[in-house]
Amino acid sequence: MSRQAIIRVKDLVARYGEDTILDNITFDVYEGEIFVILGGSGCGKSTLLKHLIGLIRPYSGRVTIDGDDISHCDDETFQKILRKIGVLYQSGALFGSMTLAENVALPIEEYTDLHKKAIETVVNMKLKLVDLDGYENHLPSEISGGMKKRAGLARAMALNPKILFFDEPSAGLDPITAIELDNLINHLNRSLGTTMVIVTHELESIYEVAHRVIMLDKRTKGIIAEGDPKYLRDRSQNAFVKHFFNREAEKETFSPKGL
Amino acid sequence: MTEFKKLQSCQYGISESEKGGIILHVQGSMDEFSAGALIKDMSRFLKESPTSSLTVDLEKVTYLNDFGALVLVELKRLMTSGKGLFRLENVNENVNKILSVLSFDALSERVSFAKPPIPGSLVRLGDATIRHASDLKYLISFIGSVCLSLIHVIRHPKSLRIDDTLSYMQKTGVDALPIVGLISFLLGLIMAFMSAVQLEQFGANIYVASLVSLAMTRELGPIMTCIIVAGRSGSAFAAEIGTMKVSEEVDALFTMGFDPTRFLVVPKIIASVITVPLLVLFSDIFAIFGGLVVGVGMLDLTIGSYVAQTIKTLTIFDVFLGFTKGAVFALLIAWVGCLRGFQVKGGAASVGQATTSAVVSSIFLIIMTNSIISVILRYWE
Repeated sequence: MSRQAIIRVKDLVARYGEDTILDNITFDVYEGEIFVILGGSGCGKSTLLKHLIGLIRPYSGRVTIDGDDISHCDDETFQKILRKIGVLYQSGALFGSMTLAENVALPIEEYTDLHKKAIETVVNMKLKLVDLDGYENHLPSEISGGMKKRAGLARAMALNPKILFFDEPSAGLDPITAIELDNLINHLNRSLGTTMVIVTHELESIYEVAHRVIMLDKRTKGIIAEGDPKYLRDRSQNAFVKHFFNREAEKETFSPKGL
Repeated sequence: MTEFKKLQSCQYGISESEKGGIILHVQGSMDEFSAGALIKDMSRFLKESPTSSLTVDLEKVTYLNDFGALVLVELKRLMTSGKGLFRLENVNENVNKILSVLSFDALSERVSFAKPPIPGSLVRLGDATIRHASDLKYLISFIGSVCLSLIHVIRHPKSLRIDDTLSYMQKTGVDALPIVGLISFLLGLIMAFMSAVQLEQFGANIYVASLVSLAMTRELGPIMTCIIVAGRSGSAFAAEIGTMKVSEEVDALFTMGFDPTRFLVVPKIIASVITVPLLVLFSDIFAIFGGLVVGVGMLDLTIGSYVAQTIKTLTIFDVFLGFTKGAVFALLIAWVGCLRGFQVKGGAASVGQATTSAVVSSIFLIIMTNSIISVILRYWE
């Protein structure tokens, strides 16, 4: 794997009003890797993701995507950056009034000069890639949660982005469907070389797909661990990290007192 | 011998202790079915015969849950507030475990939730000002964004989503025809009926046609039609965009590089501005027809004379005015509906609020704009 950083986050501070959510976050994501942002509920994972994809501008600090600063750029550069990324939202975020084929075709129609037949072929290829061929004319309301995520993934990949972002891909899925999605992520990463950034707290999924993780902490509002997940599980010196990776509640959180 | 009183799931009895004070013996299940009655009985008893100490004997308690613990907490609170002593006796292992899990000691100390402090009136005033200022800022930026998107579509007509626009034209215009037609017909009928009673006394029956046609074409036609459109389509716009916001579809559009305003708002505005003026004309015709039914049926007017009087009364300007009002009101309805949709934050409740707000704001804007137009015309004509 090459060690060229494709996403650089430097001294990022995120705030909602007066509340600081993330304080001085710095990390790099390298080209072609599956990078997982991890942490307990309410630690700012989704906020960090929104900063990475440009939905929120940082209070201070910078986020660079493939050399362009997404936090302080003009509209033209911003559009250029958006063309390089694809996002799979937690719910799939498919447009309810359009069929799966129309959903996937939307960015292709907007950004390419392909004629209708060619677009149909590309859409078919994308849907096949996520194992949804045959469902072209289904509406999002007619398919299951796992299928919605796969269709969302097909749409996110429609223009072959360099980086794919996933917001809690396994949330709300049964274990088998979650494993299938993990396998799909691994497969796409290996075959297309796409860099993937995943926000999750599903440990099973992390061991399955992550090359590298960072772990956010609600108390320090920063990164408390960075590295290979299995290494962190076995060797981390930080008690909270160790508890998290070993699925243990911290001892002091539940200690019934006698009468 | 202690006398026991039976409650729904347990029974209790009270005896006097050798050391002074009383002992409450509970047998059976201390749960939600008996908690209320037990607390009430014991409160009354302790009020009527105050005692220096209360011991609760739990030896024969077969089951105790959080409601049972609540009884003990309440009794402890009653005793300690009167400086009396409270004690549990013969606590078996299971009951002890449950009381430990529920942190019995801590529970009996804390009897109510701490209320968050209410900020001072100046702080609240400041908060409200900041909130309204930020709303105003958003409102202005939304107007700007809509204008820019409309200019972009005028300069690049191909960027307009034609299919969506046609679909909204059908939903806003074609689908509203029956209800607009029916209400306008009835409105014309009522106006003619009410005015006929008065005009008939002066032998001025023919002026029913003038009254109905002029009032409907200039004022009531556009207002009634647009109120119906606000209720049908304005609310639908707000609910649609609001739901898309909740389900992250608006975020998805943004990260795919689409301008959500151009994608979602422009087709709705264009569809409304095209169809609503036509709906207004349709409404005028049905109202005049309603008036004609009364004129011919009740006032012995002929169809020819009624139509001739209507044509004589109306000028092209009147029709044009109603048509223009329809377009202006349509713009307001679509704009407010979309704005409220984009303001949705959170979940389903917020979508409902946005929908209500879209309709109320639209109706207010329609009436206010109509008043402004009327005042301007008064001095202009």
